[in-house]
Amino acid sequence: MNSQIRSLILARLGIAVITLIIVSFIVFAATEMLPGDIAQILLGQAATPEAVAGLREAMGLNDPAFLRFLRWMGGLLQGDLGKSYANNMQVADLIGGRLANTLQLAAVTALFSVPVALFLGITTAMYQGSIYDRAVNFMVIGVISVPEFMIATLAVLVFAVWLQWLPALSFANDVKSFWELLRAYAMPVITLSFVISAQMIRMTRAAVISTLGAPYVEMALLKGASRPRMVLRHALPNAVGPIVNAVALSLSYLLGGVIIVETVFNYPGIAKLMVDAVATRDLPLIQTCAMIFCLGYLILITLADIIAILSNPRLRK
Amino acid sequence: MSNLVEIRDLRIGARTDSGREVEIIKGVSLDVAQGEIVALIGESGSGKTTIALSLMGHARPGCYFAGGSVTVAGRNMTALRESERAKLRGTDVAYIPQSAAAAFNPAIRLIDQVIEVAKIHNLMPLAEARVKAVELFRALALPDPDTIGERYPHQVSGGQLQRLSAAMALIGGPKLVIFDEPTTALDVTTQIEVLRAFKSVMKAGGMGGVYVSHDLAVVAQIADRIVVLRGGEVQEEGTTAAILDNAQHPYTRDLLAAFHPVTHAAVALAESATPIPPALEVRGIFAGYGPIDADGLPLKQVLKDVSCKLEKGRNLGVIGESGCGKSTLARVIAGLVPPAKGQILLNGKEMAGDLKKRSKEELRRLQIVFQLADTALNPSTPIGEILGRPLTFYHGMKGATRDARVAELLDMVHLPKTMRHRLPSELSGGQKQRVNLARGLAANPEVILCDEITSALDAVVVAAVIELLKELQRELQLSYVFISHDLATVQAICDDVIVMNGGVNVETLPAADIMARAEHPYTRLLLASVPKLDPAWLDSLADDPAFERAGRSSLLAQV
Repeated sequence: MNSQIRSLILARLGIAVITLIIVSFIVFAATEMLPGDIAQILLGQAATPEAVAGLREAMGLNDPAFLRFLRWMGGLLQGDLGKSYANNMQVADLIGGRLANTLQLAAVTALFSVPVALFLGITTAMYQGSIYDRAVNFMVIGVISVPEFMIATLAVLVFAVWLQWLPALSFANDVKSFWELLRAYAMPVITLSFVISAQMIRMTRAAVISTLGAPYVEMALLKGASRPRMVLRHALPNAVGPIVNAVALSLSYLLGGVIIVETVFNYPGIAKLMVDAVATRDLPLIQTCAMIFCLGYLILITLADIIAILSNPRLRK
Repeated sequence: MSNLVEIRDLRIGARTDSGREVEIIKGVSLDVAQGEIVALIGESGSGKTTIALSLMGHARPGCYFAGGSVTVAGRNMTALRESERAKLRGTDVAYIPQSAAAAFNPAIRLIDQVIEVAKIHNLMPLAEARVKAVELFRALALPDPDTIGERYPHQVSGGQLQRLSAAMALIGGPKLVIFDEPTTALDVTTQIEVLRAFKSVMKAGGMGGVYVSHDLAVVAQIADRIVVLRGGEVQEEGTTAAILDNAQHPYTRDLLAAFHPVTHAAVALAESATPIPPALEVRGIFAGYGPIDADGLPLKQVLKDVSCKLEKGRNLGVIGESGCGKSTLARVIAGLVPPAKGQILLNGKEMAGDLKKRSKEELRRLQIVFQLADTALNPSTPIGEILGRPLTFYHGMKGATRDARVAELLDMVHLPKTMRHRLPSELSGGQKQRVNLARGLAANPEVILCDEITSALDAVVVAAVIELLKELQRELQLSYVFISHDLATVQAICDDVIVMNGGVNVETLPAADIMARAEHPYTRLLLASVPKLDPAWLDSLADDPAFERAGRSSLLAQV
């Protein structure tokens, strides 16, 4: 690795850190803007004004917003995520198990969908315009057009109700064997894969096709290279940048955007936790969930950019 | 079957985006004997590259073989299956592309791309292929033949890439090599080295070749026979000597005539009692890019102490190779790149270096016309609007007066009035360049900077554009700064020429007898490097003292 690559990567990481600080500011400001008084909600309809004022004082809600922001940030940096307003538990404890569940679901989905999507994207680009290409494209566009709750509901209807092959709900915590794991994850994973693969397939295909038009690919053809060789050896290495970015964008959806899937399959993940937190005005929990989603997104996008930097041959020695 | 290549009544069709079918090759027949080099010559759109690619059984996307046969070494390429064609590509027929810079994959080391043919076709063990590649690098006079292959394409120069692409073509030991304008993108001094390398390896290997080019002088050096193409049909065919000395077809004569442009008769300096200040004067310009250092000079200096003078009613040529700073000079004069030091005077009055600090009147009097009309004209704006905008900006014209002036401007550049409703994409290259020029004229300028405005045009069109420029000059009392890498075009229009190299103005000469008066070694090298129609020119260069003494060292440093 030469110094130019190192400085580019360091600069990219610096941007990521700055973005994270800006994001934390926005998350805090957004939760500040939520309507309703927390003390009032916590104490219920029957609370006396004195009790509400007392609670506000105790929770430090009367301090200026900026001071509370600094306090919150300071806590985050020390690993203290704060206490849930709703049930007085540590936010870290509330989130811990849920985050593991979400990451598990995301990991299984990624392991399944990324290879499939890349394979389909590359092969459709390779045989552009063929019956195979058209069939895959037809299906992909169909999947993009159907909302995910529809796919999820249909999956439940077909596999759980009619065929009775799979359980309708996914209790990831009760899994004992590999077979049970497969059964528990099958439906959420299939649904999520449908949603995220479509975009990856389209982007991969587009990136490979655009490099296939390059003169060096025609040169490879004129050297007698076969079609797979032209695509895999000549086009693909130059399409890595856009492809990893498409993959990162799709995967980032797995962290924050899975709420519908988690709800339909009653999967105890972090997105569901966040929605519940909004219902109870549990600010520390909402803030932490939002920060986790943003952090995950940022990590994926930064990783994709670093891979794109590393894959640029002009920076090689 | 005695001939290496026999093309019989070849027809190639193309489907346009709107679904219309057109025939782009209309029944072409030609032969190439064993060990013979045949040139296909013609302007852009004549079908020369399409025919060359058909020799490999390849039709570009959207094109298809409509009839006839292309027989190479006894096999009809049009009738074979794709997998059988792939077996012949690289082994029997090899291809050297126009732009080697684009034809090399940026992500793969050069040596791996060069020996890829051997790998694909299992011709020899890879270690053996590497040894052969290094031998070819040596034969093609590449520097550091043992290690150059370990580099990536962006780490070597254009001329080196072009020779590496020749090595890539020759590694499979082909019977036929196709050269597709392999030196068009190169500077003249680089072109000589590449042509020499090609010629020596082709002679040594006894291979047949098809050389596609639009440049008769280049073809004259390397081809045994010339086939002249136009509009997908063969116009004339003959040995190189016969075509050069005794061309029969009017089109061939046009091509040859474009090679002997009428040298511009210099305009005499007006003698008058009160000296007239020069239309444009540049004094001691330093300019470049990057951060400014303590002396006020930029980190990367492109222009170093350049001075020149353009007298009223005369034309100044700026000539040099790519990277010499000639385009930067135009941009500095136009105010696009403010100089670090130096003065720019218009009619004896100093102008600000930065475009934004110049008055509207100064801007109006000095206009620039850019090289690529394709990118200089907004593709979604009709011609009338493109020409109307400067009229409103400089002269405040509106409505009917503006329309009338647009019509006049179109008439000045010999385009019909109705053209103002069209979009740039609906015009030919020559027409677009005329519109580009008319936009400059709209301001009623006194000086026009022409930055390589003829470089992207075919030879016959260039002659017409030059004629137009001269006519406009007579009518409107213009002065041109004419920037080009092509000596012949500069000589056709300019009174004085400055020669630039490495950001320095090495010499200022009168255009008419530039050959006789040139003293600086670089100027002599540049002049000696321009190909001549004489077929013996390339071989005679070895004896040219200007070339030998001045040339070799600086040439090797550049290439």
